[in-house]
Amino acid sequence: MRRWWPLGLAVLLALLPYGQAFNAPGTLNLLALCLVFAGLAAGYDLLFGRTGLLSFGHALYFAIGAYLTVILMNHGFALPVAALLAMVAGTAVAALLGAVALRVDGIAFSMVTLAFAQVGAIIVARDPGGLTGGEEGATIAQGMPDALVGVVNTVNLYWLALAYLVVVLVVLHRVGRSPAGRVLSAIRDDARRVGVLGLSPYRYKLMSFVLAGALAALGGTVYVLVVGGAAPHLSSSDLTLTLLVMVVLGGPGSRFGPALGGALFTFLDYQLTDYATDLPGPLAQPMFVLGVVFILAVYFFPGGLARIGVTLPGWLRRPARQEA
Amino acid sequence: MSTIVLLTVTGLGLAALYFLVASGLSLVFGLADVLNFAHGLFLSVGAYATWWAADFMPVEAAVLVGVAAGVVTAVLVELVLIRPLYRRTIEQVLVTVGLSLAGVALLQSVFGADPRPFPRPGWAQGVVPVLGARIPADRFLLIGAAVLVFGALTAFLRYTRYGLIVRAGVENREMVTALGIDVRKAFTLVFAIGGAAAALAGSLAGIYFTTVSPGTGGSLLIFAFIVVVIGGMGSVPGSAVAAILVALLQQFVNYYGGSGAGDVCVVALLAVVLLWRPKGLARA
Repeated sequence: MRRWWPLGLAVLLALLPYGQAFNAPGTLNLLALCLVFAGLAAGYDLLFGRTGLLSFGHALYFAIGAYLTVILMNHGFALPVAALLAMVAGTAVAALLGAVALRVDGIAFSMVTLAFAQVGAIIVARDPGGLTGGEEGATIAQGMPDALVGVVNTVNLYWLALAYLVVVLVVLHRVGRSPAGRVLSAIRDDARRVGVLGLSPYRYKLMSFVLAGALAALGGTVYVLVVGGAAPHLSSSDLTLTLLVMVVLGGPGSRFGPALGGALFTFLDYQLTDYATDLPGPLAQPMFVLGVVFILAVYFFPGGLARIGVTLPGWLRRPARQEA
Repeated sequence: MSTIVLLTVTGLGLAALYFLVASGLSLVFGLADVLNFAHGLFLSVGAYATWWAADFMPVEAAVLVGVAAGVVTAVLVELVLIRPLYRRTIEQVLVTVGLSLAGVALLQSVFGADPRPFPRPGWAQGVVPVLGARIPADRFLLIGAAVLVFGALTAFLRYTRYGLIVRAGVENREMVTALGIDVRKAFTLVFAIGGAAAALAGSLAGIYFTTVSPGTGGSLLIFAFIVVVIGGMGSVPGSAVAAILVALLQQFVNYYGGSGAGDVCVVALLAVVLLWRPKGLARA
């Protein structure tokens, strides 16, 4: 029984558009966005939660997927070809940059990935050959399949986003249960020991980095289909930081925590932007609220939402114990 | 010729900013293993405090207010947020990430998202002729400030007892703790120094770029990270050399190769240094 509940949840999510409350295009679009970021956060967690690599450059692979898809489609490539090429490019860049960045450990690795991703942000802002559109961003001008165009077909975008999330979770599940996945957790816990056992942590880390990059590039493709175009903030370091916040809020290393964190964060970010403008002072800034929530979560709810069943009762019990 | 002189001096001015941000980051990282994303916030706090105080006093005095604000912010952050997470490096990084996101949003809500014109002392607005080039005087102000800070930091690290503890802590923190010295006091001190340098950099960046906006800190921070990695973490002279290298490369390539090309070159330099010397220039 327990084994089948994720499948049941997926079916429930797939049937969600048939419910009256969710069948408005605006709602479906927001939900689709939540699902895309759920998949992205889950993919990022392959690095952070499962391999222990704190990358600050994940936005680069997401932006490569997003921008290349738009650019290739606008140059007459069919969507499947554009998506495939974008994913191949994202994977190749991840392999190349990962091979350099993984030469250093720990925090230096974080800084180097940040620097590499910054190049992506600079290139996007510079608008080479009028491809990325600079500040304006790039919109899909042609090549959208009919099934994805128009308000009526928003539901198809929703299903596409759901399919992406399912693909990411299935891939992560398979990797997590494979021998290679166990090596990744071992690297997270003690990389030196893995080296002593005769395995090369470098190669496994690189594998994790490349796989995460490929998943992010695919996510970029799905994102531009849902949103209709790519904007420069996709390549910014802030996007990676946001992914990190999602993963930590959801629960790094857990099976569904990061995806849950990603979906919830995106939802709150959009809702707060809509409602918070009336609030006084800093509360009107969604990032202020979410940043503070994040800091509190790091202190009081380590393990995020996935472990809240353990941490919350602990906090509730603690004052009672002091009184006694 | 005059173009080269101008580019060199302007590049050194930028190097001064990078050094001021990077030296604090480097010491904090070397000693406490904290990658401080909130360092850009210290910079912005310093800049905005100077901007605010300049309404009531001369700019020179306002800079001191900015530096004080930076120190207070840095010490508070260390005592309240970083210290409870002692030795939980990843959580410390996460807290500073959250702080940088929330802090920028807070500054935005107080001062608005748009750039504000920054007050500049009159004598820094002129131009100085050097070898046929007309160089804005504020460049020399930046370079002079960075040289002073470099000298003061070097003297502090070399000749004072706390400097000795900081240097020893960078080399081997466990050993210092084992000798019965409370390294955590040194953490607070290093945060205070880093906050002061970053806030000074914030004020000078305001003078250099003529405006201040909530995002100033973040954009300088990324290049400061690069400087720290290239220079070798925990090394002040390494940061100084790397700052000059990075800023000059960036200035010249941006001028001759089109804007943005220099930024890409800096990252390429980072990749080369990592492949050749993974611990940075200062650490063989």
